[in-house]
Amino acid sequence: MRTDPWATAGTTTVPKCYHCGEDCMQELVRYDDHEFCCNGCKAVYDLLKTSDLCTYYEMGEAPGKSPVKEADAEKFAYLDHESVYRRIVRFDEGSEVHVVFYLPAVHCSSCIWLLEHLQTLHKGILHASVNFLRREVTIVFNKELISLPEVAALLTAIGYEPLIHLDSLEKPEKKKSYRKILQIGIAGFCFGNSMMLSFPEYFSDGQVTREYLGYLFGYLNLGLALPVFFYSASGFFVSAWKSIRHRHLNIDAPIALAILVTFLRSVYEIISHTGAGYIDSMTGIVFFMLIGRYFQDKTYATLSFERDYRSYFPVGVTVRKKNGKTESVPVSALRKGDRMIVRSNEIIPADSQLVSTATHVDYSFITGESVPVRKAEGDLIYAGGRQLEGAVELEVVQPVSQSYLTRLWNKGRKSENGESYVDAINLWFTVIVLNIAVGSSVYWLVNDGSKALDALTAVLIVACPCGLLLTSTFANGNILRVLGRNRFYLRDAQAIDKLAKTDTLVFDKTGTITRGAKVEFVGNPMTHHERQLIASLAGQSSHPLSRMIHAHLSDGNDLPLSEFREFPGKGIRALAGESQLLLGSAEFITGKPVSGTDVSSKVFLMIDNRPLGYFRFANAYREGLGGLVKELKSTHVLKVLSGDNDAERSSLEQLFGSDTHLMFNRLPEEKREYVGQLQDKGHNVAMIGDGLNDAGALLQSDMGISVSDDTNTFSPACDAILDGKSFTLLPKFIRMAKSGKKIIVATFILSLIYNLTGLFFAVQGTLSPVVAAILMPASSISIVVLTTVATRLTALRLKL
Amino acid sequence: MSALYLLIGASLLVALGFLGGFLWAVRKGQYEDDYTPSVRMLFDDTPAQEKEPKTNK
Repeated sequence: MRTDPWATAGTTTVPKCYHCGEDCMQELVRYDDHEFCCNGCKAVYDLLKTSDLCTYYEMGEAPGKSPVKEADAEKFAYLDHESVYRRIVRFDEGSEVHVVFYLPAVHCSSCIWLLEHLQTLHKGILHASVNFLRREVTIVFNKELISLPEVAALLTAIGYEPLIHLDSLEKPEKKKSYRKILQIGIAGFCFGNSMMLSFPEYFSDGQVTREYLGYLFGYLNLGLALPVFFYSASGFFVSAWKSIRHRHLNIDAPIALAILVTFLRSVYEIISHTGAGYIDSMTGIVFFMLIGRYFQDKTYATLSFERDYRSYFPVGVTVRKKNGKTESVPVSALRKGDRMIVRSNEIIPADSQLVSTATHVDYSFITGESVPVRKAEGDLIYAGGRQLEGAVELEVVQPVSQSYLTRLWNKGRKSENGESYVDAINLWFTVIVLNIAVGSSVYWLVNDGSKALDALTAVLIVACPCGLLLTSTFANGNILRVLGRNRFYLRDAQAIDKLAKTDTLVFDKTGTITRGAKVEFVGNPMTHHERQLIASLAGQSSHPLSRMIHAHLSDGNDLPLSEFREFPGKGIRALAGESQLLLGSAEFITGKPVSGTDVSSKVFLMIDNRPLGYFRFANAYREGLGGLVKELKSTHVLKVLSGDNDAERSSLEQLFGSDTHLMFNRLPEEKREYVGQLQDKGHNVAMIGDGLNDAGALLQSDMGISVSDDTNTFSPACDAILDGKSFTLLPKFIRMAKSGKKIIVATFILSLIYNLTGLFFAVQGTLSPVVAAILMPASSISIVVLTTVATRLTALRLKL
Repeated sequence: MSALYLLIGASLLVALGFLGGFLWAVRKGQYEDDYTPSVRMLFDDTPAQEKEPKTNK
C-alpha cells in the first residue's frame, strides 16, 4: 500500500473513492487495486475484507459512508458512566446487553446489510437489527467481550457514528404504543362483522331475524358495538370532554355526541326488541374516522420538531483532571473550573476560556456570522461554537445550564394557535344541526308525541360531522405526503393552515438564503502555475480557511512542496523549488501589526516577497433565489433579518429590490422582538431561518420554517423543516397549502348533500337503519376518493 | 335451523381467530417497522459465511 497524495499529477479525471464514492480531491490512497479518498475509507474496506464482508461493495455503487472521525473508544467513555449507561441501555442481564443507537448516516439498503452483519466484525456482538425508517440499530452484545464504548467506536469506525444527545437521555423512554393501530383494527373487525349480521335484517325487512333466530343477531351486534364504543372511540370522548371544559367547541364534540346517541338508541332498540339499531353505521363511522386520523398523523420518525438546545450539545466531553489524567464525563457533570479538551469539529459545550494558544471557532449556527472567528489564549468562548482546529483545552466558566446559549433558548414563546377554519365551519354546522334537532322534536311533540324522540336522535345520528372530519384529515394527510415527498416536512396538519395564512415572510441570511461561503480573490490575476502553487500550499493545512481556498483553486493536480510550516493563528509557509510561498493574515505577510475592520476574514498571499492580493470570503446565495423572491413578492411582504454585518447589503438589495426591508447585525433577541412587532401590527409572520440565532424568532413566528441542508442534523424547534435542496419550491408549497383549504371546503359541501339526504328522513322520524347503512359508507368512500384525487391533481398541476 | 346456529358460531370463531392473530402481530411489533424487513429478505446469505462462521481468532 502506498499513500500518495500527488499521484494523480498529469491526469485530468479525479478518481472516485471505491468505498464512499466521493471524488478523491484531497488525498488518494491506493490499496488492493482500489482507490480511496482517505485512510478512513480504506480502513473500513480493510475491516470488511478481513471479515469477508466485501459483498457490501457488490450491492451498490460505492455504498459506504466516509468515516469522518477517528474511531476512539475513549471518546465514548462517558457511555460507561452510571447515569448515561442506565438511560441508553434497554436490557442488561447476565452478560447480555441490548442497546439502541440512532445512526443518522444510515441511508440505503447496503447500510442495513452492513449493520446487520456487525456480528462478523466483532465476536462480542451477538445480534444487530436495523429499523431503517427510524435510522436506529438495536444491538445485542456480550458485555464480557465488548464494552458499550467499544460498540459505539466500532460503529464509528465503519462510518456510522451514533448520535447520542442530552435530551434523548433525559426524556423517560416512551412506552411503545400500539393503541392507535389496535383501535383501528378492532373497529374494522367489529364493523365488518356487524355489517354481516345486519344484512339479513335489511334484506328481509326484519322477517328472518325475528321469526327464526329470535333476537340473536341483535345481541351479537350489541356485543360487537361494546369494544368500539368503549375502546376504539374513546379518543373522541376524551377530546370532546376536554373541549367542553375549555369552552371551545372542537370537531370531536359533535362527533362524540353522535356516537353516543347512536349507541344509546341502538342499545334501547335491541334490548326493547323494537328495532335493529344502527350498530353497523356507528362502528363504520368510527372505523373510517380513525383511519382518517391515522392517515393525517403521519409523522417523520427521523425528524424532530421539538428539539431544544440540549440536543445540540454532545453528551460527553473529555476533561483533564488535576493529576494530568484525562477522563470522559457527561456534559451535565461539568463544573466551573474544569479543564475540558475539545477536538476538531466538536461543539464547545459550555461557556469557557481558552487555555491553548489559539483556535478558530465557527459561530455561524449561533450568531449567523459567516466566517469563523479567531480566538486567542484567554479569550472567552461561548458555548455552541464549533471548534475547528486540532484539539484545544478550555476552562469552564459557566456550567452548561447557565450558559449564554441556554438562556437564549429559554426565551421566546410559541404563539397561541389561532382558530382554524375547520373549527369555524364545525361551529356553524353544530349550531344549525342542534336547531334542526330541537325544531323537529318540538314539531313532533305537538303533532305525534311518539315520534319526537325518534326524530331527535335520528337528526343527531345523521348530522354527525364525520364528513368534515374525513375531508380535512384526508386532504391534510395527502398534502403532508406531497410536501414530504418534496422534502418539506411539516410538524403536523395545523401547519398547513398556518402556512396558507401567512402574509409576511422573514428570511434569515446566513445558512438560509446563502449556502456556504464563496472564495473571492482580490488582487492581480494569478497565472495558472501560481494558482496551482497556492492550492497545493493551502491543501497542506487543515485550517478551515485554507481548506476553502484549496477547494476554490485546486484543479486536482497539486504540486509537491517542501519545508511546509504552519504558524497557528497566523499563516502557513512552504517552498516550491526556490520560491517561497506565504499565506496568512496581513500581519503574518507584512510583518507589521495591522488594524482595521474586517481583517480577520481576509487571507493575504505572497510569493517570493511579492504580495499578490488577498482572498475574501463572501456568501454564496442559494440557486434560484432571484426567481423565488420574484414569485413570492407578488403575494407576500418580504423581510431580511441578518445577524451578520452589512457587507452584502448591495447584493441583497439587487436580489430583493429596494422596497424590501433589510436589517443587519441583529442579535437573536432583537430578531424575536422584530417578529413580535410585526405580529402586533396584525401580520401573519413566517420566519425562515436555520441557526440557533433564529430559534427565538422561529418560536415567536406564526409559522417557523427551519432550513437545513442535512435534515438529520440538529435544527431548532419549529413548525416545519425545509431541506435546502427544495428551498426554491417554497412558493409552490405555499400555493399547495392554500389550495388545500379550497379542496376541504369543496368536498365538505359534497358531504353536506349526504347529510341533507339523511336529514330529510330524520326530521320525518323515518330514518331506518338501512338508509343510515347506505349513506354512511357511500359518503365516507366518495369523500376519501374525491379529496385524494383533488390533492394529487393539484400537486400535479404545481409540478410537486 | 340448528345448522344456522352452528354456522354462526363457527364463523364467529374464525373471525375471532383472525382478530387474535391481529392482536398478536401488533404486540410482536410487526407494525413497528414496515420498511426494513422488505429490504432484509432480499439479502443473500453469503455461502462462505455459512460454512465457516467467523469464530474466535
